[in-house]
Amino acid sequence: MELTNLTIQEASELLKTKKISSVELTQAMLKRAHDVDSKVKSYVTITDDVALEQAKQADERIAKNDNVTPLTGIPFAMKDCISTRGIKTTCSSKILENYVPQYNATVTNKLNEAGAVLVGKTNMDEFGMGSSTENSGFFTTRNPWNLDYVPGGSSGGAAAAMSASLATFSIGEDTGGSVRQPASFCNITGIKPTYGRVSRYGLISLVSSFDGIGPMARDVYDCATVLEHIAGHDENDSTTYQSPVPHYTSTINKPIKKMKLGIPKEYFVAGMEAGVQSALQEAIRTYEKLGMEIHEVSLPHTKYGLPVYYLLLFAEASSNLARFDGTRFGLSVSKNAKDVIDIYLQTRREGFGDEVKRRIMLGAYALSAGYYDAYYLKAQKVRTLLRRDFETALASCDVLLAPISPTTAFKIGEKTNDPLDMYLSDIYTVATNPAGVPALALPAGFSKDMPVGMQLIGKHLDEATLFQVGHAYQQVTDWHKKLPNL
Amino acid sequence: MTQYEPVIGLEIHGELLTNSKMFCSCSADYGSAPEPNVNICPTCTGLPGALPVANKKAIELAALVGLALNCSINKHNTFARKNYYYPDLPKGYQISQYELPIAEKGLLEVNDVDEKQLKVRVRRVHLEEDTAKLSHEKNNALVDFNRAGVPLLEIVSEPDMRTVEAALDYATKIRAILRYLGVNSGDMEKGVLRFEANISVRPIGSDEFRTRTEIKNLNSFRALVRASQYEIERQIKIYEDGGEVIQETLGWDDARSVTTSQRSKEDAHDYRYFPEPDLPPLQLTDSWIDTIRTQLPELPEAKTKRFITDFELKPSEAIFLTSDISLANYFEEVIKYAKSSAKIISTWIAGEFIRNVNELNVDVNTVPAKSLAQLVNMVTDKTISGNAGKVVLAELFKSGGDPAEIVKEKNLAQVSDESFIQEAITKILDDNPSEIEKYHAGKDTLLQWFVGQVARATKGKADPVITKELMLKGLEERRK
Repeated sequence: MELTNLTIQEASELLKTKKISSVELTQAMLKRAHDVDSKVKSYVTITDDVALEQAKQADERIAKNDNVTPLTGIPFAMKDCISTRGIKTTCSSKILENYVPQYNATVTNKLNEAGAVLVGKTNMDEFGMGSSTENSGFFTTRNPWNLDYVPGGSSGGAAAAMSASLATFSIGEDTGGSVRQPASFCNITGIKPTYGRVSRYGLISLVSSFDGIGPMARDVYDCATVLEHIAGHDENDSTTYQSPVPHYTSTINKPIKKMKLGIPKEYFVAGMEAGVQSALQEAIRTYEKLGMEIHEVSLPHTKYGLPVYYLLLFAEASSNLARFDGTRFGLSVSKNAKDVIDIYLQTRREGFGDEVKRRIMLGAYALSAGYYDAYYLKAQKVRTLLRRDFETALASCDVLLAPISPTTAFKIGEKTNDPLDMYLSDIYTVATNPAGVPALALPAGFSKDMPVGMQLIGKHLDEATLFQVGHAYQQVTDWHKKLPNL
Repeated sequence: MTQYEPVIGLEIHGELLTNSKMFCSCSADYGSAPEPNVNICPTCTGLPGALPVANKKAIELAALVGLALNCSINKHNTFARKNYYYPDLPKGYQISQYELPIAEKGLLEVNDVDEKQLKVRVRRVHLEEDTAKLSHEKNNALVDFNRAGVPLLEIVSEPDMRTVEAALDYATKIRAILRYLGVNSGDMEKGVLRFEANISVRPIGSDEFRTRTEIKNLNSFRALVRASQYEIERQIKIYEDGGEVIQETLGWDDARSVTTSQRSKEDAHDYRYFPEPDLPPLQLTDSWIDTIRTQLPELPEAKTKRFITDFELKPSEAIFLTSDISLANYFEEVIKYAKSSAKIISTWIAGEFIRNVNELNVDVNTVPAKSLAQLVNMVTDKTISGNAGKVVLAELFKSGGDPAEIVKEKNLAQVSDESFIQEAITKILDDNPSEIEKYHAGKDTLLQWFVGQVARATKGKADPVITKELMLKGLEERRK
């Protein structure tokens, strides 16, 4: 038994029956992290001391049988855009390189309360701006399936850490595919929940109206377990839903026979890698065999998804990133500064990477007087159409099945010189975020030895059905159990 | 020569009297903070990841103001981000309201010159957050975030005023209403209320709107009046010299009594407003608005009318008493205890009482209403003279206490005993032969002077009616 390869469900069982301790499990994870992560580079910070302390507390909790949850004693990794009190939270940006938050994100608090053990904070594209983790201000994370390939992004570190067995689960964040695409590239399972299902308080905002924190794990069941613990209304986040969080794992085994699976025709068009296409066709056949009814549906405004997504992203991000001005926290550069504007300019010039600067400029432009109506306002209107597309399609289906990326992971450096090409790799994931609907990513096979993922898209707040349909697939396939050789 | 008239619009920023800040639970009472940066949290200091949550009380108060100003309440209203960089703005944007404010299209009647009434349209009332406070030192500036995020209400008028007097009355009335509603202390020295004047001038008779300038941060009525007058003159002079007014933001330099340019149109900020994505739109219901409406107190205008009807006061008296809520409340409180007529109480309050309040710069409640009532009662029933009453009142302001006790202590009780008064009269007449001569020569006005001398000599104790009678007699007796 390899401790680092366990699922949450397996590890939790061993912990509860006292066959292993959380300290043992955590030590194994930390040891592997220190041995392997020099190759993968998934972590920005490994939190040895915090992890061991939390593991000790978890063991005491288990010993006393004091409010033990399925996450008690389970080591996890967290994307470095989620605030952790006393632990550096960098967004993989030079501007926050030494920033230590004074407060915990709501998700951090919830995981602490559940007794989970933080192994470290994971690398990402700077402020979530990227699809390969090459835009990290520190270093590029590598794909454990082939170290010359990207792990995807922006939650590339969280996905790679899972894939390389450096955590039992990860907490990622998905603004336009940032959980799903790296999950797909690294052969793990991850979910972007409904917008407003998980509190964003303490998550360093990229796009306030798209951002969604979501679990990444070895299988659907584990994702459901984690989401049960981190979802819910938060009085500190006015955009969270009031409705109670369902007990996902208790409905996950419900049969899927006769349920309707929608196949959006606009997502299955030319340009998709052959191996990706065939893996998805195979997955559809599997669902057919499981008794689902397959229906072709249309999401007619799909082609506007990418421009709408990026436009609104640029706009909101340009404003969200204004607070990084070198006056209160983080990097502050004031060499021979003439005035405070000079401090802002120097700090932001040195602190932000090229992609971040590009997006801030584009966003400020889109919001400017005279351009607002043509860009921002228009994009918001089309956003409503995108949302209606999903509502209409999902009115006749229980879930939709779609690709996550037209290709498997690409080579490091392959797209860095062409930002637009990089943006295009998000084409299948971006529309769900403006629409706010949940989407579950899960392994669906391999193409030229690299993992292929697919996503199931559901109705607002209907994560339960996504888990049910995803879990059924994982009961009859074992793609998700395949691990890279490192 | 062309005669010009000004076109004036006002923006008034008032802090709302809530316990907590606009978007977090920190105390909004920055004035009582023991030191800088104690009432702060991740949200009001703009730490990464912190989110705003709108203050329910502030929304209620804003709606209340909207209703008091006869606005319509927008049931669907939204917050927006106003983006600009300044060290007192921690997030790099201010959360405000832009396209859909909480209230708009109101109306306020004000007094213009020549006893004319003017209906000023209120364009909008919206909620926003205050900035941090900067203090400048030699080579650096310090930021205190205790004020950052305190709820602010912005009340914007249409450019409906054509005289500085009307603008002053509009500002005065808004302040009075905010105080009546209990949403703002009106304490100008503390900066809880600030004015901005938008001013242009045009030839009388014209209906064009010429280029306007905006004078920011006027912190007193005096500054509002002086800056407006100066700016109107400045613009008229520019036109008379054949020039053009340029659109710019101005400051008011009180020491030099001039407006100074802060920002021209070319440097004007593009605030890149967009809907605040961290806060869902506010959805207000009719029943919620009705509930707020029931909380509207009697406003200055209605109170003035009631005072005229119920207390038989002159309009000018009623307007004075209702110009401030605490004064109006005080008056009604005194009425409760007084046996004297409302008219007499009004005269006391508008005269000697307010003179003391202003001179000592104290709250009206410094002298309890009950004490003032007792005092006026004593004057009315002639226990003491009016002059003695003034002495007692001064003592009440100075050290407080019981009016009857003060009368006793200071031996101020009015005396109508003729022999006591006659004694004082004889002495005064003996001491002032030359004044008697002048009186007998025809200077009748000296009679009042002689009476006054008696009041002084008896410390106001002598009954003035009897004094006058006996004095007349004494003067006649000495006529040769």
